[in-house]
Amino acid sequence: MAMATVDRISNKMEFKSGKWQQEINVRDFIQKNYTLYEGNADFLANPTQATIKLWEECCELFKKEREKGGVLDMDTNIVSTITSHGAGYINKNLEKVVGLQTDAPLKRSMQPFGGIRMAESSCKAYGYQIEPEVSEIFAKYRKTHNQGVFDCYTPEMKAARHAAILTGLPDAYGRGRIIGDYRRIALYGIDRLIEDKKEQHASIDGEMTAEKLQLKEELAEQIRALYEIAELGRIYGFDITKPAQNAKEAIQWLYFGYLAAVKEQNGAAMSIGRTSTFLDIYIERDLKNGVITEEEAQEMVDHFIMKLRLIKFARTPEYNSLFSGDPTWVTETIGGVGVDGRPLVTKNSFRYLHTLENLGTSPEPNLTVLWSTRLPQNFKEYCARISIATSSVQYENDDLMRVTHGDDYAIACCVSSMVVGKEMQFFGARANLAKCLLYAINGGVDERLKEQIGPKYAPITSEYLDFDEVMEKYDTMMEWLAGLYVNTLNVIHYMHDKYCYERAQMALHDKEVKRYFATGIAGLSVVADSLSAIKHAKVKTIRDENGIVVDYEVEGDFPKYGNDDDRVDNLAVDLVKRFMNKIRKHHTYRNSIPTMSILTITSNVVYGKKTGNTPDGRKAGVPMAPGANPMHKRDTHGAVASLASVAKLPFSDAQDGISNTFSIIPNALGKDEIFMGDLEFDFDCGCCEDTIE
Amino acid sequence: MQKEILGNIHSLESMGTVDGPGIRLVVFLQGCPMRCQYCHNPDTWEYKDNKKISVKNVIEKYYNVKEFLKNGGITVTGGEPLSQIGFVTELFKQAKKENIHTALDTSGILFNPENTTKIDGLLKYTDLVLLDIKHINNEEHIKLTGFPNTNILEFAKYLSAINKPVWIRHVVIPTITYNTVYLKELGRFLAQLNNIKALDLLPYHTMAISKYENLKIEYPLKDVPAPKKEEIMDARFKIFRAYKEAKKLG
Repeated sequence: MAMATVDRISNKMEFKSGKWQQEINVRDFIQKNYTLYEGNADFLANPTQATIKLWEECCELFKKEREKGGVLDMDTNIVSTITSHGAGYINKNLEKVVGLQTDAPLKRSMQPFGGIRMAESSCKAYGYQIEPEVSEIFAKYRKTHNQGVFDCYTPEMKAARHAAILTGLPDAYGRGRIIGDYRRIALYGIDRLIEDKKEQHASIDGEMTAEKLQLKEELAEQIRALYEIAELGRIYGFDITKPAQNAKEAIQWLYFGYLAAVKEQNGAAMSIGRTSTFLDIYIERDLKNGVITEEEAQEMVDHFIMKLRLIKFARTPEYNSLFSGDPTWVTETIGGVGVDGRPLVTKNSFRYLHTLENLGTSPEPNLTVLWSTRLPQNFKEYCARISIATSSVQYENDDLMRVTHGDDYAIACCVSSMVVGKEMQFFGARANLAKCLLYAINGGVDERLKEQIGPKYAPITSEYLDFDEVMEKYDTMMEWLAGLYVNTLNVIHYMHDKYCYERAQMALHDKEVKRYFATGIAGLSVVADSLSAIKHAKVKTIRDENGIVVDYEVEGDFPKYGNDDDRVDNLAVDLVKRFMNKIRKHHTYRNSIPTMSILTITSNVVYGKKTGNTPDGRKAGVPMAPGANPMHKRDTHGAVASLASVAKLPFSDAQDGISNTFSIIPNALGKDEIFMGDLEFDFDCGCCEDTIE
Repeated sequence: MQKEILGNIHSLESMGTVDGPGIRLVVFLQGCPMRCQYCHNPDTWEYKDNKKISVKNVIEKYYNVKEFLKNGGITVTGGEPLSQIGFVTELFKQAKKENIHTALDTSGILFNPENTTKIDGLLKYTDLVLLDIKHINNEEHIKLTGFPNTNILEFAKYLSAINKPVWIRHVVIPTITYNTVYLKELGRFLAQLNNIKALDLLPYHTMAISKYENLKIEYPLKDVPAPKKEEIMDARFKIFRAYKEAKKLG
């Protein structure tokens, strides 16, 4: 009898078998084992006492951090590695998920591999100083990514950077945008992953080309990182060499992988992937087996999310001004639909969003719902409810991206999609296309610096701008910019791989990864409107004493991007295609696949500051519109027309993402429950009195 | 060949969520005979030439944004749509050919019970009428809008007689329409009708004041506050109770 009971339990414990047992294949595990949830949010649990207490302590720390001017404490003597610090806790007795970046919460780690000067000035800005010995090591003995880049930058690259026609380049800080498949640690345990990586390492033999050597050395680094991640587990008292046995372990194992990544990389975006449905499989099993309750499941999720909210990096005030704050882009991708048509929504998709209720609103982690028309109605309604209550949920179009990436991709940063563990990207910041237009008009002379930055092509000399002439010159100038831009990124990513390699994250990738070469553009709507003004109105140039065009006068009206008007929207579409095709002409580092994004969500303010007057009537220094947005107040035909303009931009030419920042007053979305004059309201049914009283 | 009728519009709203069912393309026509004191679109009053648009063009605009319009259609409002009845009729005729849901948002002020030929021509292609009853009491209606409500109420009865689906819209304004006597009267009036699909109470708001300032028109309801949510609930309850009682008495 006793034996039978044990058997039944162990039967229940079994996961459904599949390819995931023979190979590292998390997607297969998920597809075979997840439980679709189509119900509503009624099952969700409130925060436990431990959660409330722990979060209060965190909030107290955040408060202190703000009071101290933005940084609570900084490490100035320990170079952060996976195992550099002993265990750190917020309140050990209360924490269901443990692990901090350093030995204390919100103490920022020191990460000089991207660039020692950046690390020094981050400390200095907040009144700290890196130990002279550390500075010396990185100045004298250990070269950084930043030094490598500047060893190879050409004068032209430096000038373009200085003039901000290329901006935000990751040449002094971590490039980020790489998502390790942290789920692998939970599913397989570190030992199995090491075994796999060792096989990969051994498989590289024969004639040693530079490419082969690079990969072989990287694999060796990855193996080293995996050993260290296991050590990180031991520091906190866990043996993570074997697969996780329950939900608590699964969350913890997964988190150690992520923690290793953020201990070694302060990348511009350190996203976590697509973890909720994966973890739901463990939670669901524990719930079924009566090992945990829903309260305990929610508690673990709350504590995990809390940890992600505590992720911080040492950064300079200039960096923060570029990104309008101190973002870490811990993006977690939720929902979406599988290629077989089953939505990937589980109870844990709800639990993640529910943290915004249990812990309050927060920009981090950046909870991102992959939206599909085929998501369960109850989930859609819950998303809407949480969005209304917290304004903290990001949405992306799964129906669009699934075609390219399948059903196990995640978002890095805000819009960059990549298959988890199989694809990565070389983040490439932005080329400022608005400034490029001004260079076309001024023959490569920068309108702010009054220096020759671009090639000395013939400038436009007429008083009024002629569309065909401008387009011809703009096309040539873009040709130059695209070439220089790609080449600059080639330098950056070669050096980043060499001096600041993401060994922990890449250890959680396949051997052969698909690499995207992610370029980006800023100023799309400024240029589209400028070209429209030149084409459909009259634009007069105003020159300074040296004949440089410094301002423009627009005579007459012109179609503006954001009103679903093809006359100008087609100019925007053409611009995206044109620049992308120019990018495609060039050699990209490690045969990476060139992509482009239109997604300046915050840096549009800084780019605007560095760009002079433009022919659309925008004044010097005025922010550009974010991402692919129409310029402020120029979309006058309502929200849908504005969105329809953006929707014309071809995803195939902007595969790294198109962002549109959109806000609307709640009343403009429709009537609420009380004001509802719905067709269902039937005077004659006799059943309405209850709803009215 | 007959000359194409162009609409004289104030503007187009591509995401109308409050003027009829679903998300709709809303066409605001220019020009209105009434001067309702609470009007939130005083910029649509004047019968001046503004933007001209063809029927074909409106239908194109609809198709451009169709993906976003869930269970919606086209609503024509204003201004007063019946001022341009020829254009609206052509537009709705074309829309119905394409199987697009059509809604007419009107005050009914231009309805003439003596001659319904033109309006019949339009209603043939109209799926839903949003009928805005400004005030149920005739004297108050004259004070509020400058016109009696006689033809408006006649229009409501006419729509009931031909069994055209109607949403009744009524703006709840503290001290003016938010008054138990009038609300009950409205309820009793509605009980005479058999075609009401919804009662759409609109809370009066003060967001239009800046428009008045821009147009240099004195805003008549300066001292009237926007109603509270409970007051709207209460208004709806009162209308509804009077309606039920009247229906019961039959």
